[in-house]
Amino acid sequence: MNSKLYARPESLADVPFHYCPGCQHGIVHRIIAEVIDELGVRKQTIGVAPVGCSVLAYDYFNFDIVQASHGRAPAVATGVKRVCPDSTVFTYQGDGDLASIGCAEIVHAAARGEKITTIFINNAIYGMTGGQMAPTTLVDQVTTTSPYGRNENQVGTPLCISEMLSTIQGARFIARVAVNNPSNMAKAKAAIKKAFQLQNSGEGFCLIEVLSTCPTNWGMTPVEAVKWLETNMIPQYPLGVFKDAGGE
Amino acid sequence: MSETRLMKGNEAIGEAAIVAGCRYYFGYPITPQTELMEYMAKRMPQIEGVFLQAESEIAAINMVYGAAGAGARVMTSSSSPGISLKAEGISYCAGAELPCVIVNIMRGGPGLGSIQPAQADYFQATKGGGHGDHRNIVLAPNSVQEMADLTMLSFELADKYRNPVMLLGDGALGQMMEPVNLEEKPLVPQEKPWAANGQGERAKPNVINSLYLKPEQLEAHNIHLQNKYQKIMEQECRWEEFNVEDAEVIVVAYGITSRIARSAVEMARRDGLKVGLFRPISLWPFPSERLLTLAQQTKAFLVSELSAGQMIEDVRLATKQIKPVHFYGRMGGMMPSSREIYNQINLILKEKEAVK
Amino acid sequence: MTHEMILAGFGGQGVMVMGQLLTYAGMLEGAHVSWIPSYGPEMRGGTANCSVIISQEPIGSPIVTEATAVVAMNLPSFEKFESSLSPGGILILNSSLIDRKSKRDDIKTYNVPANEIASSLGDARMANMVALGALNAALGYVVDTSRIMEAFKKIFAKKPAIIAPNELAILAGNKHIAV
Repeated sequence: MNSKLYARPESLADVPFHYCPGCQHGIVHRIIAEVIDELGVRKQTIGVAPVGCSVLAYDYFNFDIVQASHGRAPAVATGVKRVCPDSTVFTYQGDGDLASIGCAEIVHAAARGEKITTIFINNAIYGMTGGQMAPTTLVDQVTTTSPYGRNENQVGTPLCISEMLSTIQGARFIARVAVNNPSNMAKAKAAIKKAFQLQNSGEGFCLIEVLSTCPTNWGMTPVEAVKWLETNMIPQYPLGVFKDAGGE
Repeated sequence: MSETRLMKGNEAIGEAAIVAGCRYYFGYPITPQTELMEYMAKRMPQIEGVFLQAESEIAAINMVYGAAGAGARVMTSSSSPGISLKAEGISYCAGAELPCVIVNIMRGGPGLGSIQPAQADYFQATKGGGHGDHRNIVLAPNSVQEMADLTMLSFELADKYRNPVMLLGDGALGQMMEPVNLEEKPLVPQEKPWAANGQGERAKPNVINSLYLKPEQLEAHNIHLQNKYQKIMEQECRWEEFNVEDAEVIVVAYGITSRIARSAVEMARRDGLKVGLFRPISLWPFPSERLLTLAQQTKAFLVSELSAGQMIEDVRLATKQIKPVHFYGRMGGMMPSSREIYNQINLILKEKEAVK
Repeated sequence: MTHEMILAGFGGQGVMVMGQLLTYAGMLEGAHVSWIPSYGPEMRGGTANCSVIISQEPIGSPIVTEATAVVAMNLPSFEKFESSLSPGGILILNSSLIDRKSKRDDIKTYNVPANEIASSLGDARMANMVALGALNAALGYVVDTSRIMEAFKKIFAKKPAIIAPNELAILAGNKHIAV
């Protein structure tokens, strides 16, 4: 008898990703799909995907999706969750979306202890619009709108979302992970799974920040991009659990 | 059984929404609509509904978008500057064809303006308000009773056409008190097979979306929307007429101004002047056809608004200017008196005499 | 008959609630009624006023500009609205706070020391009820006092203790006009 050792999760649609080579959105999509399958909640899951590279998430996930305007996914997810309190509702947001234009929405969703899960993709740049500076862009990092490198005297320093949100009482579980190697992928999956489980047991707002590469806009090969993430991003954005309010 | 109650316009909207089956309200405080929000804060928990004070107008309309996308009857309310903030979200609701009710209790503008009543958001409301080719159904009550009745109608039309509906009032209507009778109607559960509320037993997931990256697809979507708007224009024009049959001058006014104009018309009739009132109830779709018919039988129109003249453009378009269209407006929260409008009517009639 | 009234005073004198009670009572009588406040910065300390219409006909404009009756609870209100009265109109003037007399001879003026009457009943804050009683009497009882009290009980359902004293204040206002 044959047994399948590796299969496409049911929560992932059978279409190829449009993401650039070496982009880690695909890995995170798969982790989310696996987690939703494992929790057996696909038919009661509603994803909210705002503007950014992940705007086409509705093509890739095999469950209900609400597309949202730039930055407003936490507000949209609030509306969905209040109508469907027994559903699993998550937002999938990039750093331009969440940390810049949508900063108010994420802070207040956390403050309300909104029972949703946010997957926050931090790749230190605006991807979809072609590599502009994000609030998460590192000091001296070159982007199309910081062509001489991010100048901290002019535009400040990187916004550390996980650290910031962990100060909010309503936040239940806040962690930062990366998917740069198999070991970190396993940790990322465990954190994401925990975030969904906590939502489903009604415990409150959870956010998992995923450090991610953007080789195209960073101007690197996929391998260089992973190295750059390890040597530059992780020191700025240390991995780990920042808040576990019910924590063991 | 329903009893007659003395209510503020803002409160009547709230109670009527509840009678219409709305159980979700998202809003942000702004004068002069705050009584509506406060009313919802008090009432929603009593009926196991959801009241949520959002962090901003922007968040509120996006919560509406989410709740509507999940299939609920949902409402938000604001006043002029707050509606500007909601404009993007309203466009998304229109694009994704989400039924929702947005209340605008207008105040003076532009900018921060004032907190006094005005009707200067007519363009914004009736021409879409957000980006892209979209229309909101816009209903304009002129009494507290109608604030309630048109709120209920708003929910019906929103669901019927999967379209945002804007209830356009002003600070005077919102604050004034009149008797109101809220008739409980049996609620027909709305089938919304398109809603993203979890796939459940459906064969396929649902997607709520207004993104069409391929131009052919987006054009097709726009054609679909325009066809829907055409149908709304054919079926949902509403208006009220008063003494227009033999009128030589017809005053055109909506909302609170139509009440003042009605008193002016009554004053004129008492003096033997042939004057009537035409009141659009749906501002979009605008009752153009009927106005054109009236243009053929009357001698002149007088449009009166609490603005520099916005609806007058629709009156001119509707009547093809086959008769003169005059204007009298006040701005910034100033209200005309019935006497002022009466004087304008007299001026128009005297001009006509002089021409003869 | 259409009664078009302006009730005015400074913020805190209770002119809004006076108007609401009258409107509510009119509704209970089965009349067409409307109440509309002039709100805004005036809500916070300046002059506050509301328009009340009680009519046998459907009401056009709820905003009164040519009044059949005006209640002026303080001097600025008197100065602002004396000219809004139509000939033959009724002016209730709170003579406790207004030491001027109306110069118009085409209206009927009643000088009512509302604050003093209310104080003599134990609480100067009931001056608005005294004025309301005076207005209703001067208008030949446009609404029955029992209707006002019915409205009062609805609006102040949570404060049953204040019902009886306020009824006395209204009756004192009635009496002042009858004298």
